Amino acid sequence: MTINFRAVYAVLLREIKVFTREKERVISILVSPLLFLFAVGKGIEADSPAAGFTYQQFIYPGTLAMVILFTSITYGLYIVWDKRLDFLKEVLAAPISRGELFLGKALGGIFSAVCETIILLIIGAFFVLKINLISALLCLLACLPISLMITAMGLSIGGKMKSMEGFGLVMSFLTWPMFFLSGALFEIKDENFWLKAAGIINPFTYCVDIIRRILIGYSHFSVFTDLSVIFAWLILTCFIGIKIFGNLQQGK
Amino acid sequence: MEPSVKTVNLTKKFSDITAVDSLSLEISQGETLGFLGPNGAGKTTTINMLCTLLRPTSGSAYICGIDAVKYPLEVRKKTGIIFQEPSSDDMLTGYENLYLHAMLYGMNKNSAEKKIKEMLFITGLEKRAGDQVRTYSGGMRRRLEIARGLLHEPAVLFLDEPTLGLDPSARREIWSYLGKIKSDRKTTIILTTHYMEEADSLSDRIAVIDRGKIIALDSPSALKSSLGEDLVFLKGKISDQALNLPFITHFEKKGEGYEIAVKGLSKNIKKLLEEAEDVSEIEIRRVSLEDVFLKLTGKKIDEEGKEESGGVFESVVRYNSVRK
Repeated sequence: MTINFRAVYAVLLREIKVFTREKERVISILVSPLLFLFAVGKGIEADSPAAGFTYQQFIYPGTLAMVILFTSITYGLYIVWDKRLDFLKEVLAAPISRGELFLGKALGGIFSAVCETIILLIIGAFFVLKINLISALLCLLACLPISLMITAMGLSIGGKMKSMEGFGLVMSFLTWPMFFLSGALFEIKDENFWLKAAGIINPFTYCVDIIRRILIGYSHFSVFTDLSVIFAWLILTCFIGIKIFGNLQQGK
Repeated sequence: MEPSVKTVNLTKKFSDITAVDSLSLEISQGETLGFLGPNGAGKTTTINMLCTLLRPTSGSAYICGIDAVKYPLEVRKKTGIIFQEPSSDDMLTGYENLYLHAMLYGMNKNSAEKKIKEMLFITGLEKRAGDQVRTYSGGMRRRLEIARGLLHEPAVLFLDEPTLGLDPSARREIWSYLGKIKSDRKTTIILTTHYMEEADSLSDRIAVIDRGKIIALDSPSALKSSLGEDLVFLKGKISDQALNLPFITHFEKKGEGYEIAVKGLSKNIKKLLEEAEDVSEIEIRRVSLEDVFLKLTGKKIDEEGKEESGGVFESVVRYNSVRK
């Protein structure tokens, strides 16, 4: 099977153009992470589990991961918007396979997440902690599989969703729990069995963990565990996403 | 020659509703076929199956001889679609929408640029090509989508309600573009509409479709003449002699006048007026596709069709005359 890269690029190019033109969306995604970083991070004078770092510095990697999470999920769900505009039909009727469409869309999600991550890295470097170039680049590198995994989740759900009304549900029942149960704001401890169990099941825990390791050298799991869990989920979500895209048809 | 579009017992069921019921049809190259029918008759579903957006429940469809179920990607290269709802991206400019389309259809940069220029010229959008589509009017948007649908020079063009929701002047504009396309290239066009006038002016043949089945298939004029006569309303004193002229097939007293069905109206109207004694008012109502439709389906096409029928569809000639 050959991949029609030009068509994939066409889908990606459209996503890039739309992303760079929707400034409101770019900024609004940063609001929650910034609130956590500066209101919760500064306001709650908690002790940092990582020695030598403040609590704000401890949760900074979590908010960075949160940016990836929110950008990717929202981006994926936005395919519902394409459906409503009927723009999706234009692409579905074009000589491009559903797999190629998925690939183009997923690359668009990665692009958005990388852009948002860069913004938060700059903010972080100025106001929160020293970030050297290598760890910044490593963060962006980690952002690639993480955002792909989560974008695929968003696209899968968005591919099934009929209207934007489901958006709030996904945020309440998936995105926020994934964030709160990941240990982005606290350390996962053995004493609290249920929190720990939820953290282990939650793929986002490993995303936070690997970014925290890169930025402040503190982590709960090994790099190998983090990466294998992320890649396992990535394969699963992409597989489901491509399957769902394959069944995309007009409802009428 | 091989037909451009061929369907054999094409059927689509949605749970217990049969939207399209064993449709068999052949459309030859360069022909324009209009699907006419009320909302929910199965027009859009048929189009969606032909352009591979929807898998048929059973039966088959061939576009330029290619099986639409087995080789959707090959079929999509041959087809262009203009959808019922706006389907251009309003965050992108008109030019970008066209360029992305060219990329999706595998056109190379040079020919894409040349073709886009040409299509922008034909649709009169050159000056606005650099603006985001959200600033376009409904008619401009539709023109852009027509330009886009034709960009890759499809062998078969599908138009799903191409002028739905447009004002009458924008609608006429679209018709004139479509007329141009029809005469300039040998594109096979399939359009769905519930505007009688649209079907009448654009189609070579009309398929009247109701509840997923084709109930009549012929040229607009043949469909109209199969139904018969134009109607003349005369007010005033009308002689029995006039009412019994050989070309009058039927008459009925209505209020102060008569409703008279006349064969060969253009030729015979003069004679009728001469024989009638004292006519104070004349109204002529040409047989319309809506009459055909009413007769075939036994119902009005729908609210939107009705609204139109008051003004544009029926060419009503009305004048007051006081005979000497």
